[in-house]
Amino acid sequence: MSAAPGNARWNVIGLLPAQLIMLATLIIPVGIIVLVSFSTRGPYGGFEYVFTTAPYKQILFNEGWSGELEFNPQYLIVVARTMILAAATTFICLLLAFPAAYYISLRKPAMKMLLIYLVTLPFWVSMIVRVYSWIIILGNDGVIAKTLRALGLVDNMGSLLFTDTAMLIGLVYSYIPLMILPIFASIEKLDPALVEASHDLYGSRLTTLRRVILPLCRPGMVAGSILVFVPCLGAVLEPILLGGGKTMMMGNLIQLQFGAARNWPLGAAISIVLMAAVLVFLLWRGLRSIRREEAEAAA
Amino acid sequence: MDMDVSVQQAKAVEIKGVSKVFGGYQALKPVTFDIRENEFFTLLGPSGCGKTTLLRMIAGFEQPTTGAILLRGAEMKDLPPHKRRVNTVFQSYALFPHMTLEQNIAFGLENLGWAKDRRAARVADMLRLVHMEKFAGRKPQQLSGGQRQRIALARALAPEPEVLLLDEPLSALDLKLRQAMRDELRTLQRQTGITFVFVTHDQEEALDMSDRICVLGDGEIQQLGTPADIYEEPSNRFVADFIGETNFLEVDVLSVEGDEATVSTPLGMTLSAAQKRVSGGGRGWMSIRPEKISLPARPGEIAVDGTIEGANYLGGYTHYVVDTGAVKLRVSKRNNVSRSRMFETGQPITVSFAAESVRILGA
Amino acid sequence: MSANTDVRRYPGFGLFSVLFFIYLYLPIAVVVFYSFNANRIVANWGGFSLHWYTTALSNAALVGAVKTSLLVAAVATVLSTVAALMAALVIVRGKGVRFRRASETIVNLPLLLPEIVVAVAVLILFSELGLTNGLLKLMIAHTTFCIPFAFLPIRARLQGMDSDLEEAARDLYASGWVAFRRVTLPLIMPGVFSGAMLAFVISMDDFITSNLLNSGGATTLPVYIFSLIKQGVSPQLNAISTLIMIVSVMLATVAFLVQRRR
Repeated sequence: MSAAPGNARWNVIGLLPAQLIMLATLIIPVGIIVLVSFSTRGPYGGFEYVFTTAPYKQILFNEGWSGELEFNPQYLIVVARTMILAAATTFICLLLAFPAAYYISLRKPAMKMLLIYLVTLPFWVSMIVRVYSWIIILGNDGVIAKTLRALGLVDNMGSLLFTDTAMLIGLVYSYIPLMILPIFASIEKLDPALVEASHDLYGSRLTTLRRVILPLCRPGMVAGSILVFVPCLGAVLEPILLGGGKTMMMGNLIQLQFGAARNWPLGAAISIVLMAAVLVFLLWRGLRSIRREEAEAAA
Repeated sequence: MDMDVSVQQAKAVEIKGVSKVFGGYQALKPVTFDIRENEFFTLLGPSGCGKTTLLRMIAGFEQPTTGAILLRGAEMKDLPPHKRRVNTVFQSYALFPHMTLEQNIAFGLENLGWAKDRRAARVADMLRLVHMEKFAGRKPQQLSGGQRQRIALARALAPEPEVLLLDEPLSALDLKLRQAMRDELRTLQRQTGITFVFVTHDQEEALDMSDRICVLGDGEIQQLGTPADIYEEPSNRFVADFIGETNFLEVDVLSVEGDEATVSTPLGMTLSAAQKRVSGGGRGWMSIRPEKISLPARPGEIAVDGTIEGANYLGGYTHYVVDTGAVKLRVSKRNNVSRSRMFETGQPITVSFAAESVRILGA
Repeated sequence: MSANTDVRRYPGFGLFSVLFFIYLYLPIAVVVFYSFNANRIVANWGGFSLHWYTTALSNAALVGAVKTSLLVAAVATVLSTVAALMAALVIVRGKGVRFRRASETIVNLPLLLPEIVVAVAVLILFSELGLTNGLLKLMIAHTTFCIPFAFLPIRARLQGMDSDLEEAARDLYASGWVAFRRVTLPLIMPGVFSGAMLAFVISMDDFITSNLLNSGGATTLPVYIFSLIKQGVSPQLNAISTLIMIVSVMLATVAFLVQRRR
């Protein structure tokens, strides 16, 4: 029996290439990352397989000259900033994406198609180009600064660039197409009769939005949140280009350890923390949707 | 020896103890029956009775859990669908949307390795057979439901299958079209002489078209016979209930003599009538079809007094409900006389029926 | 129906959406606008000029980076699309496949990990293997993270395709391969095409992994642009960005039109 699509042997062979690639380039290497995170830093960068928990301690403490540990929050601040920025980005994307997606879903088919095309278009445009465009806008000599100055509103406003706000703007701009599409898909699935039924039963627009539309669009909002939050946690470009060198996120910290700082064990340890954060988020999201399904089944 | 061959060929499909279990759920209990060569055979039953499962096992899309399926005497086990000389008309028609009608019909022939000329001739024949010559170059999306149906038939008939399987092919059509397609299907079957195995849940379709019907219920065979057999001589309550309409009256069985049972009815009288699977001293069901009750009563028949409780006017027929005190009887009367002769609600009336029209069925 | 009585409409959403689209396109418009600026200083308008486009196109380092990116993207697209197509056929259509959910999660793994982690994983892998060929490293890494992007549109198309059609093909004497080649593949082709396009764009666009692996002389286009940005905003950079955007828009439009085709 040959391995044609549709027979039992094919079931194994068909999956093999993709699974092998993932196993070789991701699953095993992630195992190695765990190993490296418990290894000793090599004298010229790299690492040696000598067990130590030092890389994790380094995230929280500085090691003094005589080996005493002194609490140092600098890495913790980066972790906290990453979490806050990723959460804020996700929240702002949700806030912006829902009304736009809802508006698009009410257009006539041809217009709807055009608008969806326009929403997806930036996603196809190089990320680095899109982030770069904000440098021109937010920079010291940028479009906003010049416009405000020309209008005589502000004399010297200082740079908008290299701030947490700039990073946030860039992050939202980078990832919002990933939020709109799943929300749009779930709004499209919404039966218009449900909205009419809510109004028929004396629900106001606000009540209908809160009690009918939003709950039914929840799957799309959850999917969009995952698609935005996960890559945000690992963002590298936006912090470097818009945040400047001083405000780092975890992605930059990891990159730094594997690059200039040549401290692979520390980089690996931070990677593990980052992966743990993603895992916790995904499990939390997953658990919540499972629990909701159970509650609905019980009701 | 010639005799032998003809007896062998008389069976198109043999189903021997075939059953199917899906993940712990018994979709079909072991069934055994034959489908004869050149007959229009119908698998009839409510949804979930196992009829489509049976069809898919004959086609080769599912493997039987137990038992064997023989096609013209040859065991089909482990033979994939593309090696079975059986074709299917799918419920959804499953016409390839990226191919023209001609290409759709030629598809099976190409896979069988027919030469180009022979293929083209066969496709043309098939298009003519289903009156679709003019549409040869169109795509399926450009057709109406009835036209798609015809092309699906042409495609399945083109390779001259030993058996043609039809999975509820009329269910997607509207009522008028369904009527017309019934006649067309019957004609096609006679013209081609191919054995048709037709799956439906519509008893009217089954009675109209079939040579023989196999009634399936709860994953087993309830009755197998000609349409008249099944309608007139239902073997149990399920069949009597599923095929056509009937009045069921619970009765006490006094005695059983061969095919006849004497019962005491809730209408007050005792009568003797044809029985199936009834034993003396037990309970049973008396079945009488609404159109077999005379309204008003005819002399020489068993008479029952009652009042008209309701009337539903249906054009050709009027359905009455007659309250006899103990039970309510549904009575169907053809409107072959003018409207003024209709019975009024509340009117006292005597109805009657012949003992020969009554069937006594086991509980 | 007037806007007031249509209960599905919400006042203000229209205006909001207009502002939203301005937000989406203003930055792009600004870059395109300033790319035609004759002045060396970006923010000071010095008249219309195509000068920076000629400068960009004669920039050997840029052309080299484009070549590297195209080569890597081409290889990654082909490999990832083939692997994704094979996996999708099993995951969506396979009968009695064990660990279906787990298999799908593994195929989508790069989407569940922040890209920097993927980058670190392949970096460590290549260092352990002692692999030094920059191009080869990029091709392997890009194939990995392109697989889910190629997989998702193919899976969606397969799920939307009536499985009766494949059964009909088998019923009409087509073997597994013939049914795949003549029925399944032509019908899911738009999905395969969008998957390949998406994989191509994701590969061309990648910065994080390519930057971390950047060694052995294989500099991709985004990594090169990054080095230019580090040197500061320049009109030439705007011209390069505009050229990239034009190509992206063309690719996106083709992909969009193919996807819409029934």
